[in-house]
Amino acid sequence: MKLFNSTTGWLLLLALALAFPFLAGNDYHLTVMSTAYIYAIATIGLNLITGYTGQYNLAHSGFMAVGAYTVGILTVDHQVPFWIAFLLAGVVAAALGFFVGLVSLRLKTHFFSIFTLCVGYIMYLLIEKWESLTHGTVGIIGIPAPPSIGSIDFTEPRPQYYLVLLFLVASLWIMHRIVRSLLGRTFMAIRNGDDLAQALGINLMRNKLLAFMLSVFFAGLAGGLYAGFVRFIGPGVASVEHTFDMTMYMLVGGIGTLLGPLLGAIGVPWLTQYLQVLQDYRFVVFGPLLVILVIFLPYGIVGTWMNRKRRKEALAAQAAASSAPRDLSSISTAKGATHA
Amino acid sequence: MELFLQQVLNGLTLGGVYSLVALGLTLVYGILHVPNFAHGAFYMAGAYSAFFIMTKLGLNYWWGMLGAAVVVALISVLSERLVFHPLRKAPYLHHMIASIGILLFLEAGAQAIWGADFHRMETPYTQLLEFGGLTLPAQRLLIIGAAFLLVALLQLFLKKTITGATIVAMAQNREGAALVGIDANRVAMLTFAIAGALAGMAAVLYAPINLVYTSMGNLVITKAFVIIVLGGMGSVPGAIVGGLIIGFAEAFGAFYISTDYKDIIAFALLVLILSVRPQGLFAKGAH
Repeated sequence: MKLFNSTTGWLLLLALALAFPFLAGNDYHLTVMSTAYIYAIATIGLNLITGYTGQYNLAHSGFMAVGAYTVGILTVDHQVPFWIAFLLAGVVAAALGFFVGLVSLRLKTHFFSIFTLCVGYIMYLLIEKWESLTHGTVGIIGIPAPPSIGSIDFTEPRPQYYLVLLFLVASLWIMHRIVRSLLGRTFMAIRNGDDLAQALGINLMRNKLLAFMLSVFFAGLAGGLYAGFVRFIGPGVASVEHTFDMTMYMLVGGIGTLLGPLLGAIGVPWLTQYLQVLQDYRFVVFGPLLVILVIFLPYGIVGTWMNRKRRKEALAAQAAASSAPRDLSSISTAKGATHA
Repeated sequence: MELFLQQVLNGLTLGGVYSLVALGLTLVYGILHVPNFAHGAFYMAGAYSAFFIMTKLGLNYWWGMLGAAVVVALISVLSERLVFHPLRKAPYLHHMIASIGILLFLEAGAQAIWGADFHRMETPYTQLLEFGGLTLPAQRLLIIGAAFLLVALLQLFLKKTITGATIVAMAQNREGAALVGIDANRVAMLTFAIAGALAGMAAVLYAPINLVYTSMGNLVITKAFVIIVLGGMGSVPGAIVGGLIIGFAEAFGAFYISTDYKDIIAFALLVLILSVRPQGLFAKGAH
């Protein structure tokens, strides 16, 4: 895993992703991968509020649907150009996130999750019943694809794939910057202990709200991308099941890491693709898998790996420290390291 | 006036069912201090067990209900032993995700076995009773009667028996309960069994006027959460009062506001109340 602490590892992944359309057997594989990337963007967002800030948001797919419907409604009913609608998808989701967060983030731990679960249901039910705005259960048909640039036509699977990949890379880079910044450290401090963070002078509400808005901004953009990619949306996008899916991706890879949710979001859908029988019954396997993961591998594949590496380093540091007893700083940093 | 009384009856029906589900949830919360999202799937499992007993084994409605209570109590205890017990020292987030895992497994499992179709559960009580100008469907009266009988029995059990008192003691103070020699494992299993049985019976009561399908527990459990947040997490009287409040809000809301939006009413109420009082209506203090 040393590889992924370096830029080389990430560049290798990027090279693989860029080469994928030439390796993939057919267009169907491209479509599967592009969809996985879109959900990866949303999962990266969910990981910011859940993995890094410690607030488990159950309305995440609702916010993704808000983004998708913003694009759908604006482009189909109001002929707004795709890219403007797309940008607004993120903005509308974040703005809604501000109001939802204002109320919900005052609630601690599982109260926040219960509240957001209800918000998720309200979003789903509103999308289904508010026919004059959302077209109800019929859904919105004929959403335009992103407009073509020169000869690059975004209704074709390949250009589509690269476009989605571009957004995924951008999202990862932005998330990397956030997590490595003081702001990211602040979020992690809140995750590791509300009271302690507050004692350190961190404004809990302001930072949680910021994390929440950033998180759902990603969900909104992912939803907007989804609308332009699939070009048909129905209330199902808002289904809480999708939030559960994203939780799955996050946990398999490793919650609170940058690489984990990405690998989970790409790996798990591929696994389901190959086990065709799973399609409808994926949760027969996913459900117990979630349980097994939280019991035996709570930090996921990437997180567990990183923890093990850290422990080795800590042991090495300890050995070094015992031979030179004055150097205590190395022990405390090694012990204080979280799985972030 | 008759229409008004009709809504009172609807409110009592819904309130009774919601209270039963919320009671189990609140008891488990008291022991575990974590919301058990799988409780909605327990409810669904109850309806399917009874449906199977009635259609495949040809037994009557009451055997169906008894069977559902036993089956769901078993599922509930099993999930405590296999999932929640090993996690008891883990952070709350892990409990919550694990309970979602159980929920997904049971729902997908039911769908794999019985398919995604909606089923109708037969009830022997299809008569309409005329009572002072009111038309009362017998099944609704049965729901109200049975729900309140079960609630009363549970209250008696918790208040008057030593076993019941150990549950209350552990819900109030885990360490204290352990100090006086209460076996935490036994109490946890018992609580899960009671919660499961209540959810199973609630489902069998309500299913004949609703339908049986795999996601039938989702809305009910979400409303049960609204109820126990309203009534104070872990509070038994809170769950009963909260259940009635939501039942009435929904019955009257459906009638006077809109049937389309009746499911949103409970949630909107929660959002409204928590905006004003983040600690819930009757909570003594935030947990």
